[in-house]
Amino acid sequence: MRNNIYWQLFSSFFKIGGFTFGGGWAMISLIEKEVVDRHGWIDREEFLNQLAIAQSLPGILAVNISVAVGDKLKGMRGSICAATGTIILPFLIILAIAIFLTPDLIKNNETVSAIFKGIRPAVTALIIAPVLTSAKSAGISWKTLWIPVVVALLIWSKLPWISNPILFIILGGAAGYFFHCRRGLKKSRKEDRS
Amino acid sequence: MSVYLNLIWSYLKIGLFGFGGGYAMLSLIEREVVGPGWVSEKMFTDIVAISQMTPGPIGINSATYIGYAVPAEAGFEGWWWGVLGSLLCTLVVVLPSFLLVAYASHFITRHRESAVIKGVFAGLRPVVIGLIASAALLLMNEENFGTTTSDIIKSTCMCAGAFVLVYFARLHPILVIVIAGVAGYILY
Repeated sequence: MRNNIYWQLFSSFFKIGGFTFGGGWAMISLIEKEVVDRHGWIDREEFLNQLAIAQSLPGILAVNISVAVGDKLKGMRGSICAATGTIILPFLIILAIAIFLTPDLIKNNETVSAIFKGIRPAVTALIIAPVLTSAKSAGISWKTLWIPVVVALLIWSKLPWISNPILFIILGGAAGYFFHCRRGLKKSRKEDRS
Repeated sequence: MSVYLNLIWSYLKIGLFGFGGGYAMLSLIEREVVGPGWVSEKMFTDIVAISQMTPGPIGINSATYIGYAVPAEAGFEGWWWGVLGSLLCTLVVVLPSFLLVAYASHFITRHRESAVIKGVFAGLRPVVIGLIASAALLLMNEENFGTTTSDIIKSTCMCAGAFVLVYFARLHPILVIVIAGVAGYILY
């Protein structure tokens, strides 16, 4: 049971789903730890590619990432195991709250809100850490550093139209395509001459 | 019956057109569930607050809660109708992801060696890093770091401490969250 890859996928994403506070991006350092460091299922570069796919498509980011990782490892069955793992605990917790408690009971509970006052700033740190590790593995140099910095600041600016992740994904993809093809052309020209 | 069909239709739309993940999806969810008057504005705010205090993506949290609450409001008695609604909404909101993400990653794996795919992903990588960084920047707000000076100082220390633990000491992020929760309980 413990060595079964489907079980490992489910239990890893169960942990990830159970400790994601503050949206899909907060999951990234957990996923990186479990999927890249601990199990070595995919490498960092591949992980960034999958994040790009997950972010470019509609749907819940956390679910998209689980489907991408699960599918990469074991196809449709793998993606079902991973996504179920991500969803099941949050689903049961919310269901229990909906059945047994009223929202006000939790919202106005001082202990709960004190705990979350501590967790929320820590979650921000959990998002900063993968920025640095990914920047290293993606080979971001002083020359290319401006790209993530400008993207982050423009999205943060909340300007209408400009503050849109999809816009930057399209621009980045188009720029990558353009430069790659131009480099390919140069190379073939050089080979022609020699 | 029509209650369930409407719920399914709304959450299918949320799953299909909700770009950007998490809080970017909130306005779409709000339009779909507060718009037709299924839940009140106050209840929606409550659901968001609960989502922030329970683990899991907000899309799932809202699907589960609203799927449970709406049949009861429509006059279905008994908790099992609510559980059915929860299950349906949650399944429907994730369904498009399965099809789209699985299809996209198959396509990309098949054309892994093509110059176009390689070029596109080389261009995407720095952008994705920027996106993660923007998520961190967006979370550094009054809601998460507090409004009074002492709260902001405490929060900044918590953030810096968590960063040291996870980045330099290489602790598991789950452990860091638990430590932060305990520290919050002691500090506040």
